[in-house]
Amino acid sequence: MNIVVLLKAVPVVGTEKLGNDLLTDRSVQLEANGNDEYVLEKALKLTEAHGGEVTVLTMGPAGATEALRKALAMGAARAIHVADDSIKGSDTPATVEILTAALRKVSFDLAFVGADTSDGQGGVVGAAVAVKLGLPYLSYASEIEPMDGGVRIHRITTTGYDVLEAPTPAVVMGTQLLGAPRYPALRGIMQARSKPVDAWSVADLGLATSTAGAAAATTRTLDSAKPPERAGATFVREPADVAVAQIVDFLAARRLV
Amino acid sequence: MATIWAIGELVDGAPTKLTFELATLARQLADASGGRAAAVLVGEGASTAGSDVADYVPSVYAVDTEEALNDRPIAAVVAPRVAALVAQRKPDFLLLGASNDGKDTAGMLVGLTDLPILYNGAAVEWAESAPRVEMSTFGGKLVTHSTFNGERGIVVVRAASVTAEPASSAGDVETTTLDPVQELPKVTVADSVMEAGAAAPIEEARIIVGGGRGVGSPDGFRMIEDLAQAMGGAVGATRAVVDAGWIGYSQQIGQTGKIVKPALYVACGISGAIQHKVGVQTAGTIIAINRDPDAPIAEFADLMVVGDVFEIVPRLTQAIKTRKSGS
Ligand SMILES: Cc1cc2nc3c(=O)[nH]c(=O)nc-3n(C[C@H](O)[C@H](O)[C@H](O)COP(=O)(O)OP(=O)(O)OC[C@H]3O[C@@H](n4cnc5c(N)ncnc54)[C@H](O)[C@@H]3O)c2cc1C
Ligand SMILES: Nc1ncnc2c1ncn2[C@@H]1O[C@H](COP(=O)(O)O)[C@@H](O)[C@H]1O
Repeated sequence: MNIVVLLKAVPVVGTEKLGNDLLTDRSVQLEANGNDEYVLEKALKLTEAHGGEVTVLTMGPAGATEALRKALAMGAARAIHVADDSIKGSDTPATVEILTAALRKVSFDLAFVGADTSDGQGGVVGAAVAVKLGLPYLSYASEIEPMDGGVRIHRITTTGYDVLEAPTPAVVMGTQLLGAPRYPALRGIMQARSKPVDAWSVADLGLATSTAGAAAATTRTLDSAKPPERAGATFVREPADVAVAQIVDFLAARRLV
Repeated sequence: MATIWAIGELVDGAPTKLTFELATLARQLADASGGRAAAVLVGEGASTAGSDVADYVPSVYAVDTEEALNDRPIAAVVAPRVAALVAQRKPDFLLLGASNDGKDTAGMLVGLTDLPILYNGAAVEWAESAPRVEMSTFGGKLVTHSTFNGERGIVVVRAASVTAEPASSAGDVETTTLDPVQELPKVTVADSVMEAGAAAPIEEARIIVGGGRGVGSPDGFRMIEDLAQAMGGAVGATRAVVDAGWIGYSQQIGQTGKIVKPALYVACGISGAIQHKVGVQTAGTIIAINRDPDAPIAEFADLMVVGDVFEIVPRLTQAIKTRKSGS
């Protein structure tokens, strides 16, 4: 069973900023999107148990290499890096187009995506890519298991979970409930150095560079500002009984009780 | 003069609260643009549910589906039918809710229609020729506004971004049947499992009482449930306690959980890590109960109660019960 994991390199959480062009500044230190590491971990566990290889696929700037190296150190067999000057500022449809074209060149049984990204929080790319590829889409997985010629997942619902089944190849979006990602071991880090990282350009994918990047974007950011500060906390340091009376008064004053 | 559609969601045949919010927003945007608003409902019982939604928008398109489709995930049923209706009637903008099914549907619509998309909308207003979407970016470090370069697109809107308000007069329900643009590859819902003790959903709750590692144990979490019940609220949680199995993932607030906007959030034994903060920082009022006065949650709480949750929470529950019983 071969699995390709779509992994985005995002600015280290907490350090994100916009550039003067109002696009996310990706020249800062990048790390693997936290949600993508959950599906990577699950992909590694599945291939360890059932055979096959994990490929990680990313579209992003040169600085994404470090996140790919970490994925290789965790156990992925190879990485594909769609890196091209023309992709900076690509909007969602262009990102979908590029990732779809890249996946067409890879043979896989399962493609895994994360629930969303820390720098965009869209959670829509996986569904769009699945539709473009004409593949089944199974989302919000808390459990993923192979079946004969297919895949079965538990999809989280508000009251429990649904059991979804589809033939492979298929696209699966997973959640943190799949389990915490491993830390790369020293041996893995050493091995990663000799694992292949293929660099693909937009032209390699048979796409015109004019369809990608900020110039072709269908949406734009108009402005950004610091959010209005919350007023700042009033501290209550009294003993429990007094504190509770103060909480109730505070709630009553705001008509919350 | 834009045509704006709210794509609603049905749960057991009834429209969700978010559906009424989207319908209200579609109407407000259409009014501002001098155009027309409609809501689209797809699924079994859509035409019955349509009359409730028609209180909020001038037109409702109800697309009833056959029972045979019930064993497919909802988005796979809704998206190709909405896409067919979009191809027929060419609305300018679609509004979808940022629920799991809403995001799946939005993603599939991007794949089916190639429409531009803006997501994570916390507020939406009309600006000249397109919606202007406010979002909280990078874990709330920034508030940004975005718009479309063209005159068509999809906006994914978070729950509680608008207050649902009925229109002055009720709209019409048009029941239509239509073939999907294409039937999506089949995914089967083989089973639906109800988990015991599933807690009330947090997405639409006005009051949420959240518990973190500071409550100590699964037993400690009971006092959070008791307080939530006394206040008439839902129970929320941090990832730490969800990972520990003290409560289900559906209650998790934050980056990998849900983004909520209650009128009141009471955070008990929660440090306020950035990944948690992003899920709840737009709450109307935040009260934190934490024994560490320097916990990061103090930076975004309105009332920071420095103390032990085991001493404060049960007393607070009692005080609220007493107050509510009218004495
Ligand atoms: C990719 C990624 C995604 C994440 N997504 C999420 C997410 O969606 N949601 C989320 O919540 N977290 C998320 N996290 C985890 C987050 O970073 C924190 O680890 C987590 O929120 C901490 O949970 P906590 O506040 O319960 O625990 P802690 O940080 O351990 O805080 C416990 C608090 O309780 C207080 N306390 C202890 N005992 C008592 C007592 N007796 N009385 C009063 N106070 C007491 C302590 O002072 C402390 O402040 C994510 C992390 C990563 C890396
Ligand atoms: N540039 C990218 N490179 C690789 N995978 C991506 C990229 N953008 C999005 N994805 C995948 O799509 C998922 C959802 O992304 P989004 O819709 O942007 O929140 C992510 O968790 C990734 O698995």
